[in-house]
Amino acid sequence: MQPFAYHRASSLEDALRHGAMEGASYLAGGTTLVDLMRIGVMRPDRLIDLRDVAELRGFDTGGETLRFGALASMAEVADDIVLRQDYPALAESLLLAASAQLRNMATVGGNLLQRTRCMYFRDTRYQACNKRSPGSGCAALDGVNRQHAVLGGSERCIATMPSDWAVALTAFDAAVEIAGPQGRRTMPIDSFHISYGEHPEAETALRPGEILTAILVPANRAGRTSCYAKVRDRESFAFAISSAAVALRMEGGRVAEARIALGGLSTTPWRATAAEALLRGRSLDESSMKEAAARAMDGADPRPGNAFKVELGRRTVEDALLRAARRAEEGDAA
Amino acid sequence: MSEAHHPAAAPPRAVPPAPDGDWPIATLTLRVNGQAHRLAMDTRTTLLDALRDHLGLTGAKPGCNQGACGACTVLIDGKRMNACLTLAVATQGQEITTIEGLAEGEALHPMQQAFIDHDAFQCGYCTPGQIISAVACIREGHAGSAEEIREFMSGNLCRCGAYPNIVKAVQDVAAKGGA
Repeated sequence: MQPFAYHRASSLEDALRHGAMEGASYLAGGTTLVDLMRIGVMRPDRLIDLRDVAELRGFDTGGETLRFGALASMAEVADDIVLRQDYPALAESLLLAASAQLRNMATVGGNLLQRTRCMYFRDTRYQACNKRSPGSGCAALDGVNRQHAVLGGSERCIATMPSDWAVALTAFDAAVEIAGPQGRRTMPIDSFHISYGEHPEAETALRPGEILTAILVPANRAGRTSCYAKVRDRESFAFAISSAAVALRMEGGRVAEARIALGGLSTTPWRATAAEALLRGRSLDESSMKEAAARAMDGADPRPGNAFKVELGRRTVEDALLRAARRAEEGDAA
Repeated sequence: MSEAHHPAAAPPRAVPPAPDGDWPIATLTLRVNGQAHRLAMDTRTTLLDALRDHLGLTGAKPGCNQGACGACTVLIDGKRMNACLTLAVATQGQEITTIEGLAEGEALHPMQQAFIDHDAFQCGYCTPGQIISAVACIREGHAGSAEEIREFMSGNLCRCGAYPNIVKAVQDVAAKGGA
């Protein structure tokens, strides 16, 4: 690991002042940063520890807007009773991620900033990684790409975005609050993670020195029906091969509102707006669900190693739709 | 800390210390198993290496060194965490509990006794992490069924495959009123 200076910030202002220095990285739960520093992928000169910045802590799941301080741990948010009842997809996306230990350490803000699990990105013995060293190429395009994206990739990079929480937040039109040297701003989560295009080294809209301070979710009654379906290579403690967050609002047996976002299949959290539109006004039956699932995977660009993900993605969407429909029925009955 | 995993690593750059930061040696106080230790160490030292190499507490084990195996699990302010991904310098002001801090003198902690009673280990390398994690699993209220225990113990791998007996040990302690 490269030597670094350590500073524990006493306030947001203090953090921003130190974060503006060359080579600085902010430290929250450390589950991505310390890991990548240990294997030489990230090499900051200074760590600005945010743990004492009180205004980044805490969360509130009541009211018209849910607000999650960036430093709230994945475990404490996943355990929130209100979130579990009113937004099961949000709680499940956290609970189905990582391990109990990592959920105690990792924060809901840092979760959105975690780096891809692409093994070529993580292994510095591979020279070609446009994300790690811009312009060096992409070893995954013709390499072992079983875990890689079939949606949103480019000829520069097909690494998946690993956050489950980001996918569930995307389904609910969440926003992120950002503080920086130039002041504060808020942006929708679906423009926070940026498409790779020519520059896969840039993953989020966060500018140097900025801090993600909070996550905001507009209250939504469809949240109660929501679910997060996640397909993994093993039953627990694994990243998604394919996942879907779905929420439904039914009126008179027909879909009034459908929200569908995909994970594990794409380079950014993937909102399936065309599939949502297809369902609107229709009843939920086998054919409408199959059509919507197929529409959700429109534009998929598979490679030999990950071609199975196109069909798997469809089935994951169908599974999530079925579960959300069941929850909507149970809600009506209650 | 081994640099062996990344031979391509560039030589260290000369970095001026932050105005009020620690570099490259931090002086810090670690509170472990109820005792405070004043120590000086490289800022890069993980909590796991600080426990093992600076304090001689070798119960927590290095396994994967990337948060994937749980052999290094310790309690930090009562919550189970991976010591391999925790910087020692970042744990100042927190209370750390390791496997060495569970027993009351010669009297084993109920979870330690349960692991013996249920033959919940073979080689024993993952066992300190398993036991610490199991204690936390019960305290969190996540040991209500075998299925729940398996899910909430998934951060602790056992290459010997002692899982069925580990689940029995956790169920036993949970049934007797917890950890």
